[in-house]
Amino acid sequence: MLLFANNFIFISFFVFDCFSTGMAKVLGFVVLLALSALICEAATFKPISDSHRSAALELFTPTHGSFSSLEETYEALRTFEVLGIEKQADIRASTCASVVDTLSSSSSALKDLFQALRVNGILKCELNKKALAGIAPRLKDAVNSASSLLDYYYSVGSLVLIKGLSSIVEVHLESADSVFRAIKAFSQSDGRWRYSSSNPESSTYAAGIALESLAGIISLASSEIDQSLISMVKDNISKLFDGLEKFDDGAYYFDEKLVDAHGHQGPLSASSAVVRGITAFAAVSAEKLNLPGDKILGLARFLLGAGVPGNAKDLYYQIDALASLENNRVSIPLVLSLPASVLSLTRKNQLKVNVNTVLGSAAPSLTVKLKQIFSSGSKDTSVIDQDLKFDHKNAVHYLDALPKDIDVGSYIFSFEVLLHDSDHKTIYATGGRTKVPIYITGAIKVDNAEIAVLDNDIGNAETQKKLDFAGENAISLSANHLQKLRLSFQLTSPLGHSFKPHQAFLKLRHESKVDHIFVVGNSGKQFEIILDFLGLVEKFFYLSGRYDIQLTVGDAVMENSFLQPLGSVELDFPEPPEKAARPPPQAVDPSSRFGPKAEIAHVFRVPEKRPPRDLSYAFLALVLLPFLGFLVGLLRLHVNLKNFPTASGPAMFAILFHLLIAAVLSLYVLFWLQWNLFQTLRALGFLGIFLLFVGHRTVSHLASTSAKLKSA
Amino acid sequence: MAKSSATKDAQALLHSLRSAYASTPTNLKIIDIYVLFAIFTAVIQVGYMAIVGSFPFNSFLSGVLSCVGTAVLAVCLRIQVNKENKEFKDLPPERAYADFVLCNLVLHLVIMNFLG
Repeated sequence: MLLFANNFIFISFFVFDCFSTGMAKVLGFVVLLALSALICEAATFKPISDSHRSAALELFTPTHGSFSSLEETYEALRTFEVLGIEKQADIRASTCASVVDTLSSSSSALKDLFQALRVNGILKCELNKKALAGIAPRLKDAVNSASSLLDYYYSVGSLVLIKGLSSIVEVHLESADSVFRAIKAFSQSDGRWRYSSSNPESSTYAAGIALESLAGIISLASSEIDQSLISMVKDNISKLFDGLEKFDDGAYYFDEKLVDAHGHQGPLSASSAVVRGITAFAAVSAEKLNLPGDKILGLARFLLGAGVPGNAKDLYYQIDALASLENNRVSIPLVLSLPASVLSLTRKNQLKVNVNTVLGSAAPSLTVKLKQIFSSGSKDTSVIDQDLKFDHKNAVHYLDALPKDIDVGSYIFSFEVLLHDSDHKTIYATGGRTKVPIYITGAIKVDNAEIAVLDNDIGNAETQKKLDFAGENAISLSANHLQKLRLSFQLTSPLGHSFKPHQAFLKLRHESKVDHIFVVGNSGKQFEIILDFLGLVEKFFYLSGRYDIQLTVGDAVMENSFLQPLGSVELDFPEPPEKAARPPPQAVDPSSRFGPKAEIAHVFRVPEKRPPRDLSYAFLALVLLPFLGFLVGLLRLHVNLKNFPTASGPAMFAILFHLLIAAVLSLYVLFWLQWNLFQTLRALGFLGIFLLFVGHRTVSHLASTSAKLKSA
Repeated sequence: MAKSSATKDAQALLHSLRSAYASTPTNLKIIDIYVLFAIFTAVIQVGYMAIVGSFPFNSFLSGVLSCVGTAVLAVCLRIQVNKENKEFKDLPPERAYADFVLCNLVLHLVIMNFLG
């Protein structure tokens, strides 16, 4: 049901999307087509079909004539075998060589031996009997010394496969009882098993493997296994089935809670392993397992409900488990499926039902009964209890005509499968009543369609036009804000009932592409909408001008859903007041929204124009010229340094004084080039003290000499 | 005639000026040359700015102000050192020179800060 609701959302979206394209007539058909495709998928569990075969060919593709491992080879070959695909010849030569290699090597691991024997079981390679006879004792040793469940599984499984190959090789286990007990020791109280005694985690997948191993031991035992042991295992199986989980649609599955290094563990692999385990166990144990048939059917439904798995492992699990259900001693599930779950009243489609086994082969003679029909819209149920006829040629059960009171809509049909032979009831699982969602579609009659412009105060029609939705409509109306627009039509279902579609929309689109969508309400058959423009002027943003009218009536079960342009109406609104809302900006095209954004151009400050380098150098030289002139002037004046102190002490001070001034000036250059003010001031303070002292000594010495000169 | 007499007058004036200046003490002449040097340097920088524009304006300003400032300080020094100037007759020229050096150092600290 959920899927159906999704369809509706999808279709509404689709309808809105197509509004502007004007593909009115085509649309109804497309909607219906899209829907029927989706509904078909939502139908109940279908047996294995050709889609599985093509998926298998796609998923299991050998690279360079072989698969990467023997395990993968087995999974591929087993899947192909069950599905009836002839692909063995392609890989036979290379695979058989690798099988023989593995079996003749004395260092092959148990797992590889097992996989090689499994592959050989399908390919029937030509094996050396002696090699087989050599492996058997090794495997028996492995069985007796095994410490983990997987060791048992591989060694017992290998022995069973050898037993099937050759009757000469002695594979019987003398200590079958003790091995059986050792495996049983791994079981848990909830029916699941552990992989080894040191591993406390229990797993459903392990339970499947364990049951398969136990079945192998029973078949290998040289003497009868103790009955009490077998009944213990039966208890274990029924406990395991207590932990079965259920989906709403009647599918049962085993959940795998243990996530470990064995990889790939999920409900599908766990359910598959258990199915293989119980069918193998049931095949070898003398007494019946007495498992409820609906749970076996539920497991089959779960496996089928997986559809076509997307990876090779899952496909193998699904197909292998279904193959073991196909012919088992517990109960063989029969799956009821419908070729089409969408039936058209106009085309008088027959209700057809197939009943098959899970792999799609024919069921024994049986009768399908249509017991009840639930209308999904209301709580109504009609009890029918009608037998379907059987068409032997097509192996399909069919109903000549649908019950008379079935109108368009979605229904749930409840079927029951009755087996003719009472012995079959213990062999097959039909699962009581099966509920199937069915959609009845039909053409809806549209009558009395008319559109009119009414005067507001009096209510009488000023202009009134008939509409015919079967053909083109191009009406042209005009109205002002004091008038009303009325659109009305009637929808009648094929049986004359009132029909309420999912969608009944009236759309007015202004020239400036501003849309207004109104839902057309109904009372019984009559659909009517009155647009009072006085109240709508604000909503219409006071936009006068031509509005295109478009009507959509659509429903999943309405075969003639339509989206039609009806024509246009010229609206005359008053001038907008100051504060009137502006029409919203047009929705941006989604493709442009996710398209590339406009490139961001960064605005950088344009660098100032700098003078040519040569000019600057020329002026540097020019600036030096006055300095040269200064020096020349000094020479002309015959300047000398005769006043420079000659005595060593004052001379040193004088030199120091000049050096310190030079140091301060160099400090300034340093300040200009890299230092900050504080560093400079610190250094300047330090230099300044010396400068002050030295300067004072020098200058006072000069002053004293000049004073002496003067006095002299 | 009038023109030649005017030229003669101007020549006479210049001659008298030159002869009067020749009697100026050498240390004052040194300061004069220094002032001229600073002023010409400033003028060249202004000419440079007139040609290429005033982009690093602070650099231009510091260059020119360095020249003008030091010229002004040199003029002050000249005033204080001049023996004819009775106003500063008590001030020894050494003290004036020390002031000149100190002021120059402070001025150039500011100039360097402003140079950028």
